Amino acid sequence: MTPAGVTERSVRIGGESIRVWEKGTGTPLGVLAGLGGLNEWTPFLDALAAKRRVIVPSLPGFPGGGLLHKQLDTLADWITCTLDLLEAAGLDGAELVGHSIGGLLAAEAAAFSRATVKSLVLIAPFGLYDENDPPGDPFNRRANELAALFSTKPDEFQKTRLTPPAGQTPDEQIEWTIVQTRAVESASRLLWPLGELGLKKRLHRITCSVKLVWGAEDRIIPASYAKRFASGLAGGTEIQVIPGAGHAVDFDAPGAVKL
Amino acid sequence: MKLLWFHLMPYTDLPGDFTKKHASVWVDIDSRLFDPAKAHGMYNDFMDELEFAAEIGFDGVCVNEHHQNAYGLMPSPNIVAASLARRTRDAAIVVMGNSLALYNPPTRVAEEFAMLDCISGGRLVAGFPVGTPMDTVFCYGQNPSQLREKYLEAHDLVMKAWTEPDTFAWNGRFNQLRYVNTWPKPVQKPHPPVWIPGGGSIETWRWCAEMDYVYAYLSYFGYKLGQATMDGFWSEMDRLGKDRNPFRAGFLQFVGVAETRKEALEMYREPAEYFFNRCLHVDARWANPAGYSSEATIRARVASQVVAAATKATDAVAYGPPSFEEIVDKGYVIIGSPDEVAYQLREVAVNMNVGQLMMLLQYGNMKKELAFYNTELFAKRVAPQLKSLFEDKWEDRWWPKPLPREDRSTPRPVVVR
Repeated sequence: MTPAGVTERSVRIGGESIRVWEKGTGTPLGVLAGLGGLNEWTPFLDALAAKRRVIVPSLPGFPGGGLLHKQLDTLADWITCTLDLLEAAGLDGAELVGHSIGGLLAAEAAAFSRATVKSLVLIAPFGLYDENDPPGDPFNRRANELAALFSTKPDEFQKTRLTPPAGQTPDEQIEWTIVQTRAVESASRLLWPLGELGLKKRLHRITCSVKLVWGAEDRIIPASYAKRFASGLAGGTEIQVIPGAGHAVDFDAPGAVKL
Repeated sequence: MKLLWFHLMPYTDLPGDFTKKHASVWVDIDSRLFDPAKAHGMYNDFMDELEFAAEIGFDGVCVNEHHQNAYGLMPSPNIVAASLARRTRDAAIVVMGNSLALYNPPTRVAEEFAMLDCISGGRLVAGFPVGTPMDTVFCYGQNPSQLREKYLEAHDLVMKAWTEPDTFAWNGRFNQLRYVNTWPKPVQKPHPPVWIPGGGSIETWRWCAEMDYVYAYLSYFGYKLGQATMDGFWSEMDRLGKDRNPFRAGFLQFVGVAETRKEALEMYREPAEYFFNRCLHVDARWANPAGYSSEATIRARVASQVVAAATKATDAVAYGPPSFEEIVDKGYVIIGSPDEVAYQLREVAVNMNVGQLMMLLQYGNMKKELAFYNTELFAKRVAPQLKSLFEDKWEDRWWPKPLPREDRSTPRPVVVR
């Protein structure tokens, strides 16, 4: 069901139908979601849509992203697919917000195709690796450990993001579980085994302005990575660290991200 | 029927407080617990046990592959199999197996298995497991979302490498090789029999049926839980129009035999508890990375009571190890006198319709003397009661076809000076 006030359309990529959500008016702002993707429109998106025309294409294999991830074997496949997706969603040349894995893809898109991205807001992006402070492993957790790994409000996170919505039939709950699992699978298809994919060697190609946003309490990618990113980027950078927020900045501090 | 002797090669010296002080026997097991000098003794004892099993008449000896695992000390089963190829004469050498996606390029498996088949004179059974999530995803860094596709491509490549006489190019999704020309080739034509160790996934059953391979259900939880899986397997074979030849199927079973049940309960308590407590102390976080199981399997798992029961049993082991009484009552280990064990195993084989029965007669911290005793008593007093089962009605089309005995080389005895 499409959330109230949100328009939903779909675009075809690789023969799969991919969901694109849209809300608000003004200059377009693309949003690429983080790990787990978006089951529903969120207060974080609403905060962005208060000022901008927010366009949210689903990432391959994420909720709304079909089985497109199954076609993607290499980083080149993922970047090609991201460029296709941005074009199809009407985001060619737009400003982009990318969170977590979406941040990695937004940064890669900017590095490979400067004209595609006007400016970037990267929220706790994947992509770099500091062996003295390695990213946490989100793929090897027991179910009861996930909420606290992602959020500084684990009880609410568990209820909102990790539990099927109330009132679902058993069949709907099975499908909900499948969709959630698929999103994790898709993320691991790109990220596992969590080593560097080469972004470090391409950061200098990102010449647009970049805002780096991090939750101070991020337990997956430590906030120290903000400086690591900033030191490699070629354009102007700004860092915003949000106290009290974890990796799920969009959940923990939905109104805090300043564009 | 075929009676095979399977060795996991467990490290036998994990401390008594292992499950309290350590999170997992697998993946991130504390390597400070590993004593190479003790492992020297273990490996040699284990290889003695395998050789003894072959010598005393088991139809085959089985080895398998695990990584970073204290209950499975064989990262490379092919190394042990190579030694067995020289030190045994007639037994099948069943490598269960090589996890195809872990080899780069996978033609390495075609080469090593062909070497084993040549050295042994055609006694190899080629096992191709996908591999557990612990071994493949976490220890070997394989992508859980690509593992099965990679596995299937590697399988196709190995088969072509064995059967294609001309040098060929392979332009696969995961492997590109300009010149494939595996040398040596296996003795057995068109290739050694293929057995697929698997869990309860319906895709694996269908694939085994399509390829005409043996499906081997390697569960540690005995025939009572295994029955439901094997029922599922056979009803799928019925649906696909395949015959009920019991040699299509393999099953793994722990056994402890002694003169009396009372004696057996005393003798096998410690090694059984050691295995089901310390060896199966696997941290649940390694067990199920997203993408490892297909969506169809996840759906079936959530929906099916059968598999839910099996999952629950696995969880029980992961979180609260079973008592010895449970181990025996639930049939994880079949314990008793030779006649009692023979009776139960006959029931197991007939009820599950399994012709390739793989026995674990050494497990946990069982000492060599007891392993020999168990093996000898089984061979002399249990096996004769089971051997003829299925043989009159069915042909085992999945058994190695070695060179004639008189054409096989005899290794020169080594004189230690």
